[in-house]
Amino acid sequence: MDELLREFLTETNESLDRVDSELVRFEQEPNNSSILGNIFRLVHTIKGTCGFLGLPRLGALAHAAETLIGRFRDGMPVTTDSVTLVLSTIDRIKTILNEIEAHQHEPAGNDGDLIGQLNRLTHFEEMRPQPAPGAEANARPQPAAVAESRVKPAAVAPEKQPADKSSAERSDEERADRLAKHSIRVHVDTLDQLMTTVSELVLTRNQLLEIVRRHEDSDFNVPLQRLSSVTAELQEGVMKTRMQPIGNAWQKLPRIVRDVAAELGKQIELEMHGGDTEIDRQVLDLVKDPFTHLVRNCADHGIESAAERRAAGKTPKGTIRLAACHQGGHVIIEIGDDGRGLDVARIRARAIEQGFASEAEIAAKSEAEICDLIFTPGFSTAARVTSISGRGVGMDVVRANMEQIGGTVDLKSVAGVGTTFTIKIPLTLAIVSALIVETAGERFAIPQLSVLELVRTGSSAEHRIERIKDTAVLRLRDKLLPLINLKEILRLGESDGDHGFIVVAQVGSHVFGIVVDGVFHTEEIVIKPMSSKLRHIAAFSGTTILGDGAVIMIIDPNGVAQALGRATSLAPIDSAKVEDGEKADNEQLTPLLVFRAGSQQPKAVLLSLVSRLEEIDCSRIENSDGCHLVQYREQLMPLVRINTQTGIKQDGAQPILVFSDQDRSMGLVVDEIIDIVEQQLDIEVASERPGVLGYAVVKGSATEIIDIGHYLPQAFADWFLQREKPAARVARKVLLVDDSAFFRDLLAPLIKAAGYQVVAFASAAQALAAIKSGTRADIVVTDIEMPDMDGFDLARALRENPGTAAIPVIALSAMVSAETIERGRGAGFHDFVAKFDRTGLIAAIKEQSADLHQAA
Amino acid sequence: MHDKTDLTEFVTFTVAGQLFGLPIARVQDVFKPLRITRVPLAGAEVAGVLNLRGRIVTVIDMRHRLDVRHQEGDAPMAIGIEAKGESFGLLVDAVGEVLKLSVTEREPNPINLDRKLAALSAGIYRLDGELLVVLDIDRVLDLRAAEAAA
Repeated sequence: MDELLREFLTETNESLDRVDSELVRFEQEPNNSSILGNIFRLVHTIKGTCGFLGLPRLGALAHAAETLIGRFRDGMPVTTDSVTLVLSTIDRIKTILNEIEAHQHEPAGNDGDLIGQLNRLTHFEEMRPQPAPGAEANARPQPAAVAESRVKPAAVAPEKQPADKSSAERSDEERADRLAKHSIRVHVDTLDQLMTTVSELVLTRNQLLEIVRRHEDSDFNVPLQRLSSVTAELQEGVMKTRMQPIGNAWQKLPRIVRDVAAELGKQIELEMHGGDTEIDRQVLDLVKDPFTHLVRNCADHGIESAAERRAAGKTPKGTIRLAACHQGGHVIIEIGDDGRGLDVARIRARAIEQGFASEAEIAAKSEAEICDLIFTPGFSTAARVTSISGRGVGMDVVRANMEQIGGTVDLKSVAGVGTTFTIKIPLTLAIVSALIVETAGERFAIPQLSVLELVRTGSSAEHRIERIKDTAVLRLRDKLLPLINLKEILRLGESDGDHGFIVVAQVGSHVFGIVVDGVFHTEEIVIKPMSSKLRHIAAFSGTTILGDGAVIMIIDPNGVAQALGRATSLAPIDSAKVEDGEKADNEQLTPLLVFRAGSQQPKAVLLSLVSRLEEIDCSRIENSDGCHLVQYREQLMPLVRINTQTGIKQDGAQPILVFSDQDRSMGLVVDEIIDIVEQQLDIEVASERPGVLGYAVVKGSATEIIDIGHYLPQAFADWFLQREKPAARVARKVLLVDDSAFFRDLLAPLIKAAGYQVVAFASAAQALAAIKSGTRADIVVTDIEMPDMDGFDLARALRENPGTAAIPVIALSAMVSAETIERGRGAGFHDFVAKFDRTGLIAAIKEQSADLHQAA
Repeated sequence: MHDKTDLTEFVTFTVAGQLFGLPIARVQDVFKPLRITRVPLAGAEVAGVLNLRGRIVTVIDMRHRLDVRHQEGDAPMAIGIEAKGESFGLLVDAVGEVLKLSVTEREPNPINLDRKLAALSAGIYRLDGELLVVLDIDRVLDLRAAEAAA
């Protein structure tokens, strides 16, 4: 391409980008002379250069635009129509410039339409009577006057304005000129080449350092130190040349927001903070489109119409806020709006409708997980396709783009308050800090970016891997982390024991642990692209050469997370990788530990009750007076059998479930631990057998749900007594009324375990009779649906008697509806608890007894 | 006898006793593969990756690629190839001499040639006492086709 033409294109494109954002301000402050000056200068330069380069079409268009803008400069009032026209003229100029760039000559066609409109507007305004210069100045809106008052006293006559304006212009130009003298234009390719070379230099330096490390007292030590620091400086310097303010990627946004607002009739303000935050050019290019998409989404979906906003008690004008800042080796960018927030119900419905998830899967998801669905490929909630969004291309691409460069996108949405996307991207791509780990004798690099912490594990370590058949989990500060064994997912062999390290990694909102054999150190690695023959392996994102010259694979935490089935829970499950592991951290479901003891029928307990799973060497089990004991954590722990059929093994390892409370533990002897299952606990058949709460279908087979409360006293006769001690001061007595023996058995131990005395009755009449005959009742917990006398009747009966009117009554109901609650209030219930909400029940009892305490 | 332009130079090598040839223009270098890093989850044809003077080379195990696995032991030599901007190394048993052969003497694959071999062959030369199979390097590197065929 002609050198002159290239120069012209580069310069013009730059000024166009700058002017684009100013044009929007131009509409808001039509009389801001400096903005107008910039636009005028741009169009003027284009016009002038076009004549010189022989580009008549562009020249004619620029000339027409210049004439109109010149009129504005002379004080012609600016209307919305004229701004729109100027904007579309700028757009046309851009289109032509792009064509010239591609084909090196002007495209055919003419711009008679635009030129005609521009001229019409110019002349139409000319035909109007021109206001006198003084009147014109008075008619100017306030902002202009304020802006000028900074330059000179307000009293200065308006006639002097043009001169002042041009002097301001001149100083602007001078500043730009001075800047130009200190900067040169370098082709991006040159910088990229330089970056590659420096990357190689870093690698070679690492190799040298590795060699010197092996020969202590080498003469090379000192010069190598020097080389090392110079290399680091060079690396930093070259990186700096590639840095650009992130605001460069934002320049087009004000215009986009304006257009969307105009099209949808909304009022939107775009706030931008931290635009001078610098970021690698290559990264910048990759994030430009995602930014545009997110901002457009905020404007289209997030911000409500002015009327809606007013109705919701907000200001009619919505705000989209962009903010960028440095944080460690990353740039954090927040794109948020103060709009309506994501419509969770709608996303839920669409996900089911579009077949991304079954109703049951959706029901099991938390709100955050539901919101996360918008990043699923092909997902769209827009009921109709607008020109702005709803085409189903979008959020998945945004996330994919970000993840491709090692970034993450998170989303926080509060209904009625707004949505915020938080983007975290690395400052630069080519060199990243990585943790070098080892598994099965092979080394791998894990990008530091996604590593939260390291946990050492082993039988003597504080954190232990707990293993339930195929599901490995780690309890880390009250959180249950699903674990992935790197050895297993890379098919490098079976995991051998629980020694090693756990790299706690985060992908999106999912935190999980990667089990590795060893951790070496962190190293700055240069990412080399993956061979095309290996690119299909999701677990790796690239390769790198270490200081010792070896090639190792870079682990892609996103790909690894897929093995958990978390990140891809809605994608088709295509491999055997996704098995049981995926269920470990789902909180809405009840995790059950399934085991076998005594019979073939599976049994289950609530996992939350189990503190540990152990395999105890049978030789350590001691028999004392028919009681089995084992030394466990420097204490004697009694072992309890579920029934007499459960044998304690004579040799080998005996699996036990350990239940602990304060400083005592009990071991429940089982034959085999089968699995951890998470599901909704629906006890379908109640049991009359002691120690069994009932039966539920777990993973397709009828399973006995074990009542641990039954076994605890077998280990320590005073287990509950001891528990009651702290509560004895208050000595609250709870009357439990339920016609179902199952629920009495289920709830009585529970309430007891919480430190209350419990007396259970099978009917309301029995309970009333007992109270009348002098049985003390501090709190009554009653079922609602009962034959003969139901819960409402019981509450009313208690109210009617002055002696019992003050007793708080908590209602248990299988179905809590607004109507029953209303009716219950009328009848005198103090609280309502769903039948299976056991924590809720304890909380309610506690609350009521606290009230009592205060009253007393 | 032959027109000079008619001659192509072939780098010859053996895999499991069979002689193969590659046009010399496609061969970058011949090297001893050292410190191959195996890549978990990769297909059997990919022996791993290695560092050859700062370049990362994907190493293709020709024995697996040709489905001749009876030979034990490490293949001691590799032929370096560049394709679409990437570096590859073909693991072979031995590298032989460079032969100048005439295009006109190349013969099509015999119809009873092993199916897997035929898929990778660009023709046959009858030399004194043995046959040389000319490899079509692009097809050798098309591992997806190999997977589909398998």
